[in-house]
Amino acid sequence: MPNDPRRTPLYDWHVELGARMVDFAGWEMPVYYVGINEEHRAVRARAGLFDVSHMGQLEVTGSGAETLLRKALASDIDRIEEGRAQYSFLLNDKGGIVDDLIVYRLPEGRWLLVVNAGNIATDLAHLKALKQRGATIRDLSDETAMLALQGPVALELLADIWPKKAPAPHTIPVFGCVERVVAGVPCIVARTGYTGEPGVELLCAADRAGDLWDGILARREHGVVPSGLGARDTLRLEMGYPLHGHDIDPKTTPIEAGLGRFVHLGRPFTGSAVVERQAEKGVKRRLVGLRLLDRAIPREGYAVLHDGAKVGTITSGTLSPSIDRGIGLGYVPPGLAEPGTVLQIDVRGRERDAEVVPLPFYSKES
Amino acid sequence: MPAEESYPEDLRYHRDHDWVRVDGDEAVFGITWHAQDALGEVVYFEPPAVGAQITGDGSYGSLESVKAVSDVIAPLSGTVTAVNDRVVESPELVNEDPYGDGWLVRVKLDDLGAVEGLLDAAAYRALL
Repeated sequence: MPNDPRRTPLYDWHVELGARMVDFAGWEMPVYYVGINEEHRAVRARAGLFDVSHMGQLEVTGSGAETLLRKALASDIDRIEEGRAQYSFLLNDKGGIVDDLIVYRLPEGRWLLVVNAGNIATDLAHLKALKQRGATIRDLSDETAMLALQGPVALELLADIWPKKAPAPHTIPVFGCVERVVAGVPCIVARTGYTGEPGVELLCAADRAGDLWDGILARREHGVVPSGLGARDTLRLEMGYPLHGHDIDPKTTPIEAGLGRFVHLGRPFTGSAVVERQAEKGVKRRLVGLRLLDRAIPREGYAVLHDGAKVGTITSGTLSPSIDRGIGLGYVPPGLAEPGTVLQIDVRGRERDAEVVPLPFYSKES
Repeated sequence: MPAEESYPEDLRYHRDHDWVRVDGDEAVFGITWHAQDALGEVVYFEPPAVGAQITGDGSYGSLESVKAVSDVIAPLSGTVTAVNDRVVESPELVNEDPYGDGWLVRVKLDDLGAVEGLLDAAAYRALL
């Protein structure tokens, strides 16, 4: 029997706002409040507020914390200064992506990993299996809420609910993080996100999430709207950001997924042998962006064809609200991965032309 | 603007959330308020060809929202005589006016009498 879906501390707020709730990775989450397109456009034009409290937070502390993370993570944590964060991966022995995450280096030797909701238990087990002496791993997911405030006016809005004497939010560098009281709620504020827009992700105690949510939405004069996971998905897909369990998973490696720039080689870590070899000798498939030339929408699982033969599979797809075209990510052989290559996608029995394009699909200048 | 929930009395309904409006010896098909609400914002309509033979209870096209694809089920059998090109161009009409400008196809029915086998508004509502 599957367990009942879990709810974030903001569940009642979503219901009150009239959200359409769906099951996502075992969580009952808002897919939209008014509509995916409207929320998507609000984030690109002004600001959107997302409840992402389903995501997991794992804290690593102790004298062995760094040794553990050097072994476990595919990126080099010694490149992170205190108050900064880094995109990283937990890999298995075959170089497959157990999870993608953001690792934060906090003051006083604390490290925080923000991981995908569906992978919390797997990641914990993966870290604990390394049996690092002196490293303490704690799952803070239940006691932590997380909001994402994203969009061109996000930092301006944040400045209105920011401590008067603290340097303004826009002075935090991208991938920087600080501890601040925001709208009366103590938070970790990070210049990170999953939309391609300026903005922050805010971590706070679960029982203060409502105050933070209300404090941000009270600044409606900035045009901020509550935004659901539907818009979060179309926004990330326009940026070509992968979603774990769809575009990347334990059977795909960062090199295959075109994420090699986030992996720091030349040091031993779990999976490094395979990744090292792939970086040198190449891979049999590459994750690429495909933009439809015909008016059709690619979906996860659709076959990618070349000369009538199946050469790959779509892993995520949607109609891009910003460019009004079908877009998708999918794996193809490296010989067909060059931008400009025209392939076909089998859209429910009809072959539709699609062009390999560089990522992101969308940028402000376009 | 999404439409308000309604199920007009002058239409007949199929349990798969489609409606039929009889117009002489032809009929107009569309999807119900409930169907468009479940789908969310419609962003794409793939229509059948004019002249295509469609079969009751079978799929005759598809509607897509941002998140999902949904087959459109023919409430009755017949031959497509027209497709609503305005919905092809502006699929959101299905959300804005599901029983009016958001109609999908016009069909010459194989058996006009088969309409009587469909649900009336009250019977359809009872299924929801």
